Amino acid sequence: MRYIEPHAHMVSRVTDDYQAMVVAGCAAVCEPAFWAGFDRSSPAGFYDYFCQLTEHEPRRAAKFGLPHYCWLCINPKESEDVSLASEVIAMIPKFLDRKNVLGIGEIGLNKNSRNELKVLEMHVDLAARHNQLILVHTPHLEDKLKGTRLILDVLKADSRIKPERCLIDHVEEHTVKLVLDGGFWGGMTLYPETKCTAARAVDMIEQYGGERLWMNSACDWGVSVPLAIPHAALELRKRGHSATAIDRLIYQNPKRFLSQCPNFKVLEAD
Amino acid sequence: MNRQQLLDLYYLEARSKLIDVAAFLDRLDRADGPADFRLTAFQEALRELQSNAPSRAERVLTALSDPTSEPIPAATTKAACGAWPGKAG
Repeated sequence: MRYIEPHAHMVSRVTDDYQAMVVAGCAAVCEPAFWAGFDRSSPAGFYDYFCQLTEHEPRRAAKFGLPHYCWLCINPKESEDVSLASEVIAMIPKFLDRKNVLGIGEIGLNKNSRNELKVLEMHVDLAARHNQLILVHTPHLEDKLKGTRLILDVLKADSRIKPERCLIDHVEEHTVKLVLDGGFWGGMTLYPETKCTAARAVDMIEQYGGERLWMNSACDWGVSVPLAIPHAALELRKRGHSATAIDRLIYQNPKRFLSQCPNFKVLEAD
Repeated sequence: MNRQQLLDLYYLEARSKLIDVAAFLDRLDRADGPADFRLTAFQEALRELQSNAPSRAERVLTALSDPTSEPIPAATTKAACGAWPGKAG
């Protein structure tokens, strides 16, 4: 079995996780920029983080023969300070030509505030001006439905944005249809409690088809499972999905979306 | 998969989660002090389970969601709690 982990915060994980992922068949890992668990105090903190994502972390993954890619942004959790966000966003173009950068992400909303929305629009503009793919974080729990609607409104309002070049992550049963009907890709995050179980992800695949859906672990410094995708593959198998269908969902689909960025390359074994 | 196969695959797990919910509500009953909007929202969501209409997961998630459409003036916290306080009645 082979798979692509399209959303993992590896800077928060131990090296053993890299080893386990590769042993389980991981062919590439993609790391969106996100919140460190505390607010960074200055743009310099983000500069160091972007260097970590584009220099250090790829080297750590390469020790296991695993290609590492990343997305850049200031996370919605740090978007309340528009002035800081503006400085960070202004810094991002300097990093866009680095060879493991896939695009702008994970941008989006957290508490659905006016400033978060403003910073989201700034990120969308940045992506449009630099012809970058977009990876969107949708809010947690009670804020997800409203936030997803607000995010889709922003993306649809910008005529430069092509839905097929945007992935809306962390969809659940109440948001997946909104996302797919808009022509966007949807990501299902396999979390033990707060997002989606493997069984529910398979339900959504069976209901809506797997054409523009992927699954990810979004493993980070919280309670999360770096091998969530292989476990979901087992769930698919229990539900009677063929090896070919499973490969399409956990390998071909992320590859198809991510290959819209010329930087993304995985070595085909067959 | 047919219904029999799905029951074979998921019944015990769902039964276990159902008993966990029952025990959680019993635990709240035994405890002192006031509850808050989360319990109200939880009970409303439970009513969605008893309906025979489809899309129960979607309806439960929607019952636990902020139904408003305007951005809030400012984020005063980063965390979500799983229910919308505005529904407290």
